[in-house]
Amino acid sequence: MMYRITVRETGESFPCQSNEFVLAAMIRSRRGPVVHGCCGGGCGVCRMRIDSGEYEKIKRMSRAHVSEDEEKTGLVLLCCIQPRSDLVVSKAGRDLADSKAI
Amino acid sequence: MGFCGTLRPGLVQLRVLDLDKTLSFYVNVLGLDEVGRTPDGRVMLKTYDEFDHHSLTLRQADEAGLDFVAFKVTDPQTLEWMRDRTEAFGYHVTEKPANTDQPGFGKRYSFRICTGHVFDIYSDVQIAAKTPQIKNPDIWTTPPRGMKAIRLDHFLLYGPNIAEAERFCKEVFGMYVPEVCNNADGSRLATWITGNNKPHDLAFVEYPQPGKIHHLGFYLEDWKDIGNAADWIAINKLKLDIGPTRHAITRGLSIYFWEPSGNRIEVYAGGYAAYPDNPQRVWDASQLGRGLFYYSGEVIPSFLEIVT
Repeated sequence: MMYRITVRETGESFPCQSNEFVLAAMIRSRRGPVVHGCCGGGCGVCRMRIDSGEYEKIKRMSRAHVSEDEEKTGLVLLCCIQPRSDLVVSKAGRDLADSKAI
Repeated sequence: MGFCGTLRPGLVQLRVLDLDKTLSFYVNVLGLDEVGRTPDGRVMLKTYDEFDHHSLTLRQADEAGLDFVAFKVTDPQTLEWMRDRTEAFGYHVTEKPANTDQPGFGKRYSFRICTGHVFDIYSDVQIAAKTPQIKNPDIWTTPPRGMKAIRLDHFLLYGPNIAEAERFCKEVFGMYVPEVCNNADGSRLATWITGNNKPHDLAFVEYPQPGKIHHLGFYLEDWKDIGNAADWIAINKLKLDIGPTRHAITRGLSIYFWEPSGNRIEVYAGGYAAYPDNPQRVWDASQLGRGLFYYSGEVIPSFLEIVT
């Protein structure tokens, strides 16, 4: 199955297969705010909120970036989830500019 | 023998999110051997070419990242001397008794440095059951697997106040600093530190959040093996960060990628022979792109921003 992922802030959207991680589809399409990451649930760069739609968590997400309570409210790491319907996602990342080395 | 009382980084404990999947990477792709498991389910690993009991411990946890790094020192007298020097430097030292949380390891002293990282020191560790040969030795006894990692080589740590951390490594570990990178105001942005002929045993980058690891580095034989590693990354659909490339800093040949729990791994070959009497190499922050990635001359954002 192919679903459509829409980024709420920009209105841009991209396709994502049901057996594909949402981050991989976002990076491939270049139509989302996240352009890289560890893709293993560890680094937290792809932290976003799912505003609507169904998804399945395939991989564990680091609790350093998504707490149990946050997970219940739809906060996810996009590299760990696959879509089960069309999704609307919105920004929830912490500002990396706060922690940039340079 | 190293050039100082500190021989090398000899043990790292990493946190992983998915133990089975991540262990499979370390064994079948990076090429480490599983040494055994602790009663609480952590996995001990070493490379085929290392002599000591183990060099990497994986612990399943809710977060990826680094638990501690441990340095092997030359002998028990040096260990006690270093414990006293660490206390005098201002870090509180605790003792981890022999054969407790790391089977095969003697007594360790443990302390947290200013960057937020836990450092251990130890002098005694059992020789592993399966080691390289020492009598008319062949180059290996069973064919190395996958990326054919030869040894745990170095790590890059991110945290605050790296100038103090550098001073600690010099004054207490007896290490020296072959290469540094300075901001325009003269403050340290990054430092490469060693106790032997390797260009670095460890490195630091100044960063506001404490206790972060940028990567763990394993040594490969040559440029051909960096290409072999790239093939293994592609075949296993691991996430590549950058490379194959060359660093001007350390002169190492390199490729970076993420293991399945999101900890960044570097496999590295070559590098210059460092000597403590050689003048220090100094990079301006404005030239760091060339220093890190000599061919492109440009730093990619993921390399600077992503840590665990």
